[in-house]
Amino acid sequence: MLSRTADNLYWTARYVERADFLARVIDSAHRLEALPASWSGSSTEWESAIATSGAAPGFYERYGDANERSVCDYLVFNPDNPSSIRSCINTARSNVRAVRTALTSETWEALNTAWNELNSVDPNMSPEELSRFLEWVKGVALMFDGSARRTMLRNDAYWFLRLGGAMERADNTARILDVKYHLLLPATEIVGGGLDYFQWTTILREVSALTAYRWVYKENLKPWLVADLLILNRQMPRSLSSCYDVISRHLDLLGDLYGRRGPSQKLARGTLARLTGLRIDDVFQTGLHEFIEQFLVDHEKLGVAITDQYLT
Amino acid sequence: MTGTGATPFDEMHGDTPDGMRGLYGKVKLWLEQTPPETLAARRAQAELFFRRIGITFAVYGEADAAERLIPFDIIPRIISRSEWGLLERGLKQRVQTLNAFLTDIYSGQECLKAGVVPHDLIFSNPQYRLEMAGLAVPHGVFVHISGVDIVRTGEREFHVLEDNARTPSGVSYMLENREVMMRLAPELFASHHVAPVETYTDALLATLRSVAPRGADGEPTIVLLTPGRYNSAFYEHSFLADKLGIELVEGSDLFVRDDRVYMRTTDGPQRVDVIYRRLDDDFIDPLVFNPGSMLGVAGLMSAYAAGNVTLANAVGTGISDDKAVYSYMPDLVRFYTGDEPILQNVETWRCREAPSLSYVLDHLPDLVVKEVGGSGGYGMLIGPTASRAEIEAFRAKLIHAPDQFIAQPTLALSTCPTFVAQGVAPRHVDLRPFVLTGADQVRITPGGLSRVALREGSLVVNSSQGGGTKDTWVLDD
Repeated sequence: MLSRTADNLYWTARYVERADFLARVIDSAHRLEALPASWSGSSTEWESAIATSGAAPGFYERYGDANERSVCDYLVFNPDNPSSIRSCINTARSNVRAVRTALTSETWEALNTAWNELNSVDPNMSPEELSRFLEWVKGVALMFDGSARRTMLRNDAYWFLRLGGAMERADNTARILDVKYHLLLPATEIVGGGLDYFQWTTILREVSALTAYRWVYKENLKPWLVADLLILNRQMPRSLSSCYDVISRHLDLLGDLYGRRGPSQKLARGTLARLTGLRIDDVFQTGLHEFIEQFLVDHEKLGVAITDQYLT
Repeated sequence: MTGTGATPFDEMHGDTPDGMRGLYGKVKLWLEQTPPETLAARRAQAELFFRRIGITFAVYGEADAAERLIPFDIIPRIISRSEWGLLERGLKQRVQTLNAFLTDIYSGQECLKAGVVPHDLIFSNPQYRLEMAGLAVPHGVFVHISGVDIVRTGEREFHVLEDNARTPSGVSYMLENREVMMRLAPELFASHHVAPVETYTDALLATLRSVAPRGADGEPTIVLLTPGRYNSAFYEHSFLADKLGIELVEGSDLFVRDDRVYMRTTDGPQRVDVIYRRLDDDFIDPLVFNPGSMLGVAGLMSAYAAGNVTLANAVGTGISDDKAVYSYMPDLVRFYTGDEPILQNVETWRCREAPSLSYVLDHLPDLVVKEVGGSGGYGMLIGPTASRAEIEAFRAKLIHAPDQFIAQPTLALSTCPTFVAQGVAPRHVDLRPFVLTGADQVRITPGGLSRVALREGSLVVNSSQGGGTKDTWVLDD
């Protein structure tokens, strides 16, 4: 397969995943904001939404402070933000248009249809309309993933899509943890009032795991278990561990197909092994924040290795 | 614009307004039985389909319409098997002549020695590529893919309007129009024996395989080279690559090492044998042609000259479809085949010749004047519809550089029934059949792209100028 094709597929999956993630972040921030003022009083939910999205630098160049209006404007429709939902869908569609022969028509149409619909959307939305729009965005990601899964040949094209999706997922989950780690420190358990509770559920919503939590732990919300779910739980499709399972597996498939493995397979397996041997207590012992920072450094390294090995 | 007096040939009714050509009998009945609302609904369905699968084209210079649809007319255009037989023989002869002319002009130049075409027409022409002189192209084929524009003026009268031997486009519309037509009006296919056009992709693949360099061992690696996603015909490039099952590459995906062409893949460099290129000569190799080109592949011409890769079409074919050379085609047919031309040329005045120029200058309001190197309906004067100011501006251009222009009469192009705002009405059409020339044989898919001028009386069918398309049927008589 052409390296450029692989690059386009990989980034298409990343952009679709990112659009879906942004929709969740904004949706969760809305819920938190809807809380009574006495709970949310000094809530910095919109600031943390911007931080979680990874778009903070560009945002603060353009807007004074983070509030519902400014954040939604920047993260949802702003064409100058390369990671706004609109930009993500545009870029993903433009990417697959350049390599549409590598996709099945169903998978292409999922994105092309979304792009056509997006063009007719009026950015001036009421909160209800915005909420419906965010649901639509999640639907686009489901359509795209589902079409790929149901129709594509299991070959390198499909594996690069899966790889890109998992890389982006891991990145997003790690970013939530990076911004909100302080909420998950055990100390907050004692003082954990209403706001903390809602903060935890918000985190779970951002990775669409609120129900999953109950199924897995059968307990009330405990911050260290939320951390466990997001970092180590292999059943949870957005956990770092689960993402690395997918990343490593697909890199190995590519390595087998092309008859050799390289730095990316080695890095991925290294991280996966570390995550597999870890308990959440160990994570807290070394420090949750330090752990996440190290993870983000390693993850970035893997991204570079994949690019060098396959995408250029 | 209307034809110059002559009544155009009506492909449904024939020469008499209340007549009827048997060929269209069942379609006429279908039109009478289908209410206009149903036709409109089906047309809307077709548009939705085209939009959804992304069959769009870009019009250069229209920023807001980066991706536009070409209107599709749901009434098929019908050609009988015997008419097609005539066309097929004529097209074969024409394309064989193009290939013979190109082989000759880049080697022995017999046609110049014999005085069939004047020296300066070739040597002062920017489309003549010195780099190709003496270069043996694989299997002696220059024009592998051509899209010859045909206009019809009577029952058995077909003229070649342009030869299009560089990187002709439109074949995806031939294929997709059929696809859409079969979805929208399956009942018509049940009652007609329509020759399939779907065989085109197999024929194209067989053609490209047949011209692989002799050194290529085993199954040759074929790629389609596109200028990229911003090119107006990008949809077609990706469509064809998909149908052919070959990689769609951009210049940056290829590189040349030791006069061999490779593509960059996730599995390392892979050797490339045949390049179906949809990139113009000027951009193909920055070391030889336009040095500013970011679209081409440095060193490609050197690999080509070494015989290690086949380019389809060959470099330098533009000299054969130049509009000034066009005017010599009937003589060239006789010169190379020894036969009379089966398809006629449109009468053409070469403004480079003084008597023709003075005739053209005297008759500008009646003539179509074209730039010899132009295409796509750009850079032409259509006398009968032009304003006085436009005519005078063109007059100045003609006097300034007469050798850059040719003139032709405005032809009464045939008409076909077409579904327009006012209902079903005759509109002018042309036809672009696609001719494939391999090392082994010439293949012509029965059908082609029919373009229709949707505005009443208009003779301009170019999609960039508001033309539409029709599915084109070759039917047993």
